[in-house]
Amino acid sequence: MRSLPRAFRTDAQTSAVKPTGTFATTLSRLWRNPTASFGAALLVLLAGSAVLAPLLALHDPLALVPAERLRAPSHAHLFGTDMLGRDLYARVLHGGRLSLTVGILTAVICSLIGLAIGLVAGFSRLADALIMRVMDGIMAIPGILLAIALATIVGGGVSTIVLAIAVPEIPVVVRVVRGVVLTLREQTYVEAARSLGTRPGRILIRHILPNSLAPLVVQATYICGLAILIEAYLSFLGAGIPPEFPSWGNIMAEGRGFVLIAEWIILIPGAFVAATVLALNLLGDALRDMLDPRTRRTL
Amino acid sequence: MLRYLVQRLMATIPVMGVVAIIVFGLIHLSPTDPAAVIAGDYATPAHVAEIREQLQLDRPIPEQFLAWIGQVLSGDLGDSIFSERPVLQLIMARLEPTVSLALMTILVAVTIAVPIGVVAAWQARTLLDRALMLLATLGISVPAFWIGYLLIFSVALDLGWLPVQGYASLSEGLWPFLSHLILPSVTLGTAYAALIARITRASMLEVLGQDFIRTARAKGLPMRKVLIGHALRAAAIPIVTVIGLGFALLIGGVVITESVFAIPGIGRLTVDSIQRKDIPVIQGVLLVFSAVYVIVNLLVDLLYTLLDPRIRYAA
Amino acid sequence: MTGNVTSVLGTLGRRLGAVSGLALAGALAAAPVLAQDETLRVVIHADLRNLDPIWTTAGITLAHGYMIYDKLYEFDSAGVPQPQMAEGHTVSEDGLVWTITLRDGLSFHDGDPVTAQDVVASLERWWQRDGMGQTLAGVTESLEAVDDATIRITLSEPFGLVLDALAGVRGNPPFIMPADVAATPADEQISDYTGSGPYVFLADAWEPGSTVVYERFADYVPRDEPADFMSGGKVVNFDRVEWVYIPDSTTTMASLMAGEVDIWELVPPDLAVAMEGSPGIVVERGAYSHGVIRPNHLNPPFDQPEARQALLHLVDQSDVLAAAIGDQALWQECAAYLTCGGPYESDAGVVGVVEEADIARAAELLEASGYDGSPIVILDPTDLPDLHAVALYVGQQLRAAGATVDVQAMDWSTLTSRRTSTSPVSEGGWNILVTYTGGLEAASPLTNITLAANCENAWFGWPCDQEIEDLRSAWRTESDVEARREIAEALQERAYEVVPYVPYGQFFTSRAHRDDITGYIPGTPISVYWNVDRAE
Repeated sequence: MRSLPRAFRTDAQTSAVKPTGTFATTLSRLWRNPTASFGAALLVLLAGSAVLAPLLALHDPLALVPAERLRAPSHAHLFGTDMLGRDLYARVLHGGRLSLTVGILTAVICSLIGLAIGLVAGFSRLADALIMRVMDGIMAIPGILLAIALATIVGGGVSTIVLAIAVPEIPVVVRVVRGVVLTLREQTYVEAARSLGTRPGRILIRHILPNSLAPLVVQATYICGLAILIEAYLSFLGAGIPPEFPSWGNIMAEGRGFVLIAEWIILIPGAFVAATVLALNLLGDALRDMLDPRTRRTL
Repeated sequence: MLRYLVQRLMATIPVMGVVAIIVFGLIHLSPTDPAAVIAGDYATPAHVAEIREQLQLDRPIPEQFLAWIGQVLSGDLGDSIFSERPVLQLIMARLEPTVSLALMTILVAVTIAVPIGVVAAWQARTLLDRALMLLATLGISVPAFWIGYLLIFSVALDLGWLPVQGYASLSEGLWPFLSHLILPSVTLGTAYAALIARITRASMLEVLGQDFIRTARAKGLPMRKVLIGHALRAAAIPIVTVIGLGFALLIGGVVITESVFAIPGIGRLTVDSIQRKDIPVIQGVLLVFSAVYVIVNLLVDLLYTLLDPRIRYAA
Repeated sequence: MTGNVTSVLGTLGRRLGAVSGLALAGALAAAPVLAQDETLRVVIHADLRNLDPIWTTAGITLAHGYMIYDKLYEFDSAGVPQPQMAEGHTVSEDGLVWTITLRDGLSFHDGDPVTAQDVVASLERWWQRDGMGQTLAGVTESLEAVDDATIRITLSEPFGLVLDALAGVRGNPPFIMPADVAATPADEQISDYTGSGPYVFLADAWEPGSTVVYERFADYVPRDEPADFMSGGKVVNFDRVEWVYIPDSTTTMASLMAGEVDIWELVPPDLAVAMEGSPGIVVERGAYSHGVIRPNHLNPPFDQPEARQALLHLVDQSDVLAAAIGDQALWQECAAYLTCGGPYESDAGVVGVVEEADIARAAELLEASGYDGSPIVILDPTDLPDLHAVALYVGQQLRAAGATVDVQAMDWSTLTSRRTSTSPVSEGGWNILVTYTGGLEAASPLTNITLAANCENAWFGWPCDQEIEDLRSAWRTESDVEARREIAEALQERAYEVVPYVPYGQFFTSRAHRDDITGYIPGTPISVYWNVDRAE
């Protein structure tokens, strides 16, 4: 297989990354980009609503009120109620906590594991061949299907779902990190450091990590969004997080049979998913454009 | 050319090998006895023991793997727990709707996405470009079932233009066949089209900045000839690549789409198997879809050589 | 940049158009036209998995059985077994010898006539599996074919339910199969689907997980009597019946509204209410169900009667039914263990359930049972919205009474395997499961299997009470109607003391069809597709 990142973000061609200033300057540049700041603002809003859910929602997201089932959005219930009379506003805000947690955890785990494997692959020619074969194999299995299979076989629970979503995405990170390492290894200042007898650990911390960080953050942003979307798919298909506690995905899964009579149960959490993933994708695009000089020229 | 073909074919062998190891290994990830997992929830201890025997689960794992891979290579993907039929037979019976849906989706997505990408690149940094690209980004952010239900309400139920659900084989007539596929392919194709539109724009922009385009413009060629005759042709490789790689997205989406529109394809088979914990079928679907994905990308690779003969040496 | 959008799009369009046009032309050439007027399309309630109704009791397999097989007797709407394949029967003076004659014109789908030998073979296979069948087998001395059209059953003791057993609707109904098919061992599934019923199963058109197709059996001779419940003439008005399985109820509802399907067998309660009054759609009540909250009698705290009695005070049927079913038109409170509307409806000994929940009393009883505060495991089938609601309700009420609760989410098929565990909670066991049974079965002490208290042989949850068992066998041997009623009342009083389960009321299932569909027989525990017609 050709060295191309995974389908979802093939346009995020992050291969030849050159060192580009510090992270702080990137952030300040990001702030001046209208798309990025829109994405960031949206994300802050959504994350804020999730974090502050216990303060913002007056109802208990788990309390059953049979008399109040399937109520359309109103003053009493901003987002209406579901088939068990639970307040959807409370459930969606609390659900955001779980969904965002899945997104962030997946991104972090993917990044850490991907970074570790990518570094090994970049530094050891022997391990590289083996690792890249395995990564090619994982990438040859359509991601959602692999996640479905893992979640179904290993069984429910947040940690399983996070792992199930993370595994198919790890190769993407590995490729990015390995690409950075391979490029840098040949570069004069790293060569110089090496010939001066600098220890590999030091080269790693001084040169490799700072340069890997930027493309890694870009990928992590996309993965976070993707994970939130896939969590919704897995729940929808009945392979997701058990519905003891609400996530956007399992709120929609529970409302699936009621779409024609209580469309708000699916429409509202669906809009939250779409907005969050959109915000993350916009942010990711903006970050990529800034960090990758090649695409910055053209986009 | 032949040498390149053989070389590319050989390269897929280790990939499929790793796929096989992963699919085989899945069953051993289960927290409980693999034989009990395969036998399913209704199994008697005798049946579990029979499966243990059949899969030779008491032998070392490498030996089990060799036995399993031998079966797979001879076309035996095991039996479904639920229907007790051979998995391969189940998959083959579901092939037609899924292939029709996939082809229709590619057709729809490419027809919509490539023009959008071309126009966005040509009108780069204008309001039109930004609007189109925001739309494309939204397209990859919205859950597919959300779009599906929306289409069922509006187009199928309110307007009554197209059927709500089901699949009609081509033998039942062209219009039944097409009409049943339109809504599902739009549902499935949204994310795919969005992806292709984004990559088309990006590669067109890159090409448009190059010298030969400027030359062509300077020679006074009309814009549409430059865009389509020169630029799009040069930008075709990344576009074709993403059509191939995006195929994975398509396959994942098939699972959702077929379950919303009640299309009796492989996606529905997968969803039903999830609910029934029918592990052998899930394994079989993984293997088959991965193989298809690898083959599609192999074809895409070969297509490169047609689009750009230089590739042969670069590879 | 300059240029014009339309001309660019035009060129692109022409190129893509050329390709797709070619594909279309090819497709057109290969497309014959198919007429499908005489087809009835039904959205069935579950996917058809097994085709042997003697091997499994799954409702959908039984429905398949009623399509392709016929039975000697069928119940009418008054609950009386009426001859179906039988012409009639005679009973000897002492009530021990039953002689049944087959009616004329019976033939299997392959053209062979149905003979008494086929009947004997079918019954001998059936009574190895079915509960009522086993009871009949237990009192039968011999079962034989006297000639091609006559069957003789000789009993060892008088048994009043011979015809009831032969007309059994649920469990494993005694369908008549060809003798060579019925020779299949009872613990193996049959592989030949020849019957003598009104429809022929098209094995080649069967797509598991999606579609089952039946064709009219041209040589079927229906009885002259009009169809009445399961009995009467099985007249077929459609050349072809297609069963479609659509797991997504939203898609199904949209499809019925758009007129793509004719009948939806089992409509979720909320959607049934929503569809009432929709143009072109008729919504009807189907059979009713009897709600069961089942404590596990093996594990503490519900091994103690006090803890089980606490549940009686925690459950308020009107609350639980409102949460699970919704619209009040579709449910009714009912404290009778043998159902309301059945022959043994009674209010003897009722505790709690139809009163407002008494949390304080429940907490006291729970305390008295020696409950130590360890988590109470409730099995929650999240793929069935109504039962999911009941499970969450029970959890909420127990929490209110001060218990620690662990509501474990799973799908129904996982639940059916989890519920078989007799282990302690710490080893994968459970405390409470929620379900329902068919109203018809629940109405009799013999067929209400959730009421049986025969310890390790009882239904999951394993209640163990000799008094209940004595009353049940007394009921079975008693034939006087009034005496039976008295026994049933005593049974209910005892049940409210030992609480084999908590009844949470009864509710109607709903079905819907297009308004041009007529003659769809109502109230049958299994949907049947004879007598159905399409209005001109």
